[in-house]
Amino acid sequence: MSRTLFQKIWDLHAVRTLPNGQTQLYVGLHLVHEVTSPQAFDEIDARGWRVRAPERTFATLDHIVPTRSQARPFADLMAESMTSALEANCRRHGIPLFDLASGAQGIVHVIGPELGLTQPGMTICCGDSHTSTHGAFGALAFGIGTTQVRDVLASQTLAMSPLKVRRIEVSGRLAPGVYAKDIILTIIGRLGVKGGTGYAYEYAGDTIDRLSMDERMTICNMTIEGGARIGYVNPDETTYEFLRGRRFAPPAATFDRARGWWQTLASDPGASYDDVVRIDAESIAPTVTWGINPEQSVAVDAGLPDPAASADAERAAVSEALEFMGFRPGQPVAGTRIDVAFIGSCTNSRLSDLREAARVVAGQRVAGHVRALVVPGSQAVRAAAEREGLDEIFRDAGFEWRDAGCSMCLAMNPDRLEGREICASSSNRNFKGRQGSPTGRTLLMSPAMVAAAAIAGEVVDVRTLHHEGVRK
Amino acid sequence: MSSRITHVSGPALVMRGHDIDTDRIMPARFLKAITFDGIEAHLFEDDRREAADRGAVHPFEDPARRDARILVVNENFGCGSSREHAPQALSRRGLRAVVGESFAEIFLGNSLAIGLPCVSASREHVAEIMTLTGASPEVELSLDLEHERLTIGGREFPVSLPPAAKHAFVTGEWDGTSLLLERYEDVERVGKSLPYTHWQDAPAT
Repeated sequence: MSRTLFQKIWDLHAVRTLPNGQTQLYVGLHLVHEVTSPQAFDEIDARGWRVRAPERTFATLDHIVPTRSQARPFADLMAESMTSALEANCRRHGIPLFDLASGAQGIVHVIGPELGLTQPGMTICCGDSHTSTHGAFGALAFGIGTTQVRDVLASQTLAMSPLKVRRIEVSGRLAPGVYAKDIILTIIGRLGVKGGTGYAYEYAGDTIDRLSMDERMTICNMTIEGGARIGYVNPDETTYEFLRGRRFAPPAATFDRARGWWQTLASDPGASYDDVVRIDAESIAPTVTWGINPEQSVAVDAGLPDPAASADAERAAVSEALEFMGFRPGQPVAGTRIDVAFIGSCTNSRLSDLREAARVVAGQRVAGHVRALVVPGSQAVRAAAEREGLDEIFRDAGFEWRDAGCSMCLAMNPDRLEGREICASSSNRNFKGRQGSPTGRTLLMSPAMVAAAAIAGEVVDVRTLHHEGVRK
Repeated sequence: MSSRITHVSGPALVMRGHDIDTDRIMPARFLKAITFDGIEAHLFEDDRREAADRGAVHPFEDPARRDARILVVNENFGCGSSREHAPQALSRRGLRAVVGESFAEIFLGNSLAIGLPCVSASREHVAEIMTLTGASPEVELSLDLEHERLTIGGREFPVSLPPAAKHAFVTGEWDGTSLLLERYEDVERVGKSLPYTHWQDAPAT
């Protein structure tokens, strides 16, 4: 019987069927951060439970940490108190914590893969919707809420119903200046922000096969923005080579055995899917969101929609978004003046993202009216970028070079928009108020496009830049 | 064992709009506290302020809706961030159920885990429910989870919820941790059967 990767991993982790019909699913890796865990730990203590598998649980600090200076105590007393709570909870329950002094701290979805914790065949949970990122390795990875964090801490399992599987086949060569971010924005634009409800997305096709692990992570990361809780890529040589030698990856003595097992996990050729969608990579242009959810995007050389020409079901949403953004129907998205440029977040803060942005920035200057910052996804990314001199390229151009954290993606820390500012952002959500100002405006795009916008002071097509900034 | 939830009744609070995300329901800056205590004070805070600036009364600000027990919403409610602070705040605000066209998946799972039933109705029926309750805050809604129906006056609407959620609410097993802890030997057996739990310690063969 041919099966998908989803079905194989699900079956391997199913403990039993619960009375309500849900599956009790074993959790292979539980990642914990400061924001969605304190109440869960409190309940564990209040009910006299213990953390069942601290050896399968790892914690870090990312959402609330300031990125300008990580000196303790933090100026924000609530941030300090939340950080202390995580430290105390991890100490008490024997959970390894990659804290600010560890050299391994960073956004949870950046450090899991970086440390080799994330591996094919696992079920992976975290109290964060972007846990879907880890699916890039051929794992079933999904976000959960705090009560489920409590369940996983207490039992190393959770109750869940299986999902349908939609295969999204992307084929063809990406044009220069087109990145993984553009692929996923295009997919979400096509299928909608709720199109994935009830599904896991399997990303496949020759375009996906050629992507690096960083790029696959960008795509899986934003799966949740399309309404699907899980997104994954079947593991292959790219996956195995990424993992080899990493701190928590199978050591040399067992690596080949691990690899042999990983090779059995990919969806079988004859597996059946609940739905199949095909995307032509060659038709994808650098993509920019213009509205208030990630589905509202256009090619950078296209114009914004006109409510009058929109389908009945869309009209109200298009009008509301245009009004909030202060944009006119039909206006070109290129040329939109920006106030802030943010390169960072679990979507696009890895070394390869910073390299692509740095190529655009090299030798240029950030426009005078733009506040620009680069926030590496982890301390390790930051250090690696500094070894390559990327920090100098960014600093010389007028970018701020920050410490690792979630930063301006969600504004739970000092980094945020002010007033009606418009931000060219490499992050994942353009919801009203997401970047910390209720009236602030977010334009999602690839890191290279953010870099280009920072230099030009307005949204520009990265393909039109006349220097070596664009990947060929 | 948690308590059974079979019926919810009371006045409605209507929150119109598709794709209302959890950042809007609970802006991130209110996630800094290490408990959920008092978090309901910040429900839709930015939304409410924006409505006030326009001279409008936000549904969550409307004194006539203070005693509302059932929230009525449109499509894909609770999308985006997994923050449980959103359903926690709704529940702590006194809301005991949500009726809508559809819900985002993580929000639905979080609501189930804290005993807040979310039931779906067709677009036409949600529109009618909104009309029936929108103008008259005193109108009582009665939600019967067992028979999957919502009654307003003499009018009855079919609603639905996932069978697993229905079972959990009706039997009182929605607070499921104790079920998950029941047979830990089975959990350990599955854990040990997974090759990746041994990579670090297994000798080469």
